[in-house]
Amino acid sequence: MTDLAAEVLAGRPAAGARLIRWLEDGDARGRALLPRIHAAAGRAHVVGVTGPPGAGKSTLVDLLVAEERSRGRRVGVLAVDPTSPFTGGAILGDRLRMSRHALDAGVFIRSMGSRGAHGGLSRSTYDACLVLDAMGHEVIFVETVGVGQEEMDVVGLAHTTVILAVPGLGDEVQALKAGLLEAGEVIVINKADRDGFEQTRRHLELLLHLREGARPEGHWRTPLLVATASRGEGAAAIVDALDAHRAHLEAGGGFAAAATRRDERQFLSLARAALTDALLRGRGGALLAQVRDRSLDPYTAATRLAALLGGADPGVT
Amino acid sequence: MAAQRPLRVLLAKLGMDTHTVGITVVAHALREAGMEVIFTGLKQTPEAVASAAIQEDVDVVGISTLSAGHTRSLPRLARLLREQGAQDKLLVAGGVIPEEDVPLLEEAGYARIFTMGTDTREIVAYLVQWHRSQRDREPAA
Repeated sequence: MTDLAAEVLAGRPAAGARLIRWLEDGDARGRALLPRIHAAAGRAHVVGVTGPPGAGKSTLVDLLVAEERSRGRRVGVLAVDPTSPFTGGAILGDRLRMSRHALDAGVFIRSMGSRGAHGGLSRSTYDACLVLDAMGHEVIFVETVGVGQEEMDVVGLAHTTVILAVPGLGDEVQALKAGLLEAGEVIVINKADRDGFEQTRRHLELLLHLREGARPEGHWRTPLLVATASRGEGAAAIVDALDAHRAHLEAGGGFAAAATRRDERQFLSLARAALTDALLRGRGGALLAQVRDRSLDPYTAATRLAALLGGADPGVT
Repeated sequence: MAAQRPLRVLLAKLGMDTHTVGITVVAHALREAGMEVIFTGLKQTPEAVASAAIQEDVDVVGISTLSAGHTRSLPRLARLLREQGAQDKLLVAGGVIPEEDVPLLEEAGYARIFTMGTDTREIVAYLVQWHRSQRDREPAA
């Protein structure tokens, strides 16, 4: 049997692609390789790109990939599209807008269905990110599904999050709800040739100004940039801002800290799932049965389940 | 869990025509059947499709062709995939393909050619059946 992890570390696309598939599918062979992948990861700059549906995320990512390539960097892209909650199927079309990179060996693009996750990513996006990192990609763009105000998992995953706004989508009101704008380290108004651009720009400037004023000295200052991705305009300034943010993070120790935070979250999430599964397979299974037949409320059941860890009596009657 | 994984299908168009109705209808039918459909652009080269199929690690590569040239471009794609170690992918094609070209394409590695007028249900049924047969062969993870 070939050593898939070694091939991933050597940057072979087919190996990385197969490992991502195993991780997405919950195949145990994938999990077994993750410790080696994780040990080799941690060098890549992970950049989230998010915004409302129709903001032009894929087109902008295509442009940013071209700009990063012109600076000589190897680039990975993870593009997440929604999975139908009804059929489990998905049409993953982000690649369509990135086809000019199809023959560039320095670019690896992977489409992912959200597969039931609701935070704008899929459950395995973090793991896929580790794979692209371990393969030697220096910048990884993570494009989320079109998001509203709460689907912001990407902020926890990325070192730098680019928030895309567009004129005429009612951003004035949406931005006031604050979810999106609070999160970004770089804000980009795309489709700058559209009606309503000036109004959107003034409004976002005001909101940013208020936000920056409330932040301490030395805090990253979020730039407001402008792009017309369909015409290929705006990429250089955005990549400059991404580089500046990376430098800012590195200077303050934030670059490594972001990976530590991701690891901590991943550990807690995996530990919760593993402990719950183990308990439910054992003596806790009776508690689930009681919740199902309504002889026990979920609150008491959860408390009793946790008490099993301390060797307590499960209290099954 | 692994047993329920969705089938991943890359749909691509080779050749210079810009007719997208057929491939779009097929894409939606496959999505309705619970598959993950990866769409690449129009006017793709065999090289670009092979690279995308490998990066996406799809189970199935489906090519739509509505212009002449398929007797060269389709075998070329099959050869590129084999050369890059991706011979495990199921190759199918559809569109305007004359009956007399079918043996040549089958010879080149295409498991099934869906000629004009094929009902999408037939395509779905074929892929579902193939997926099931693969699952039965795979060792439990």
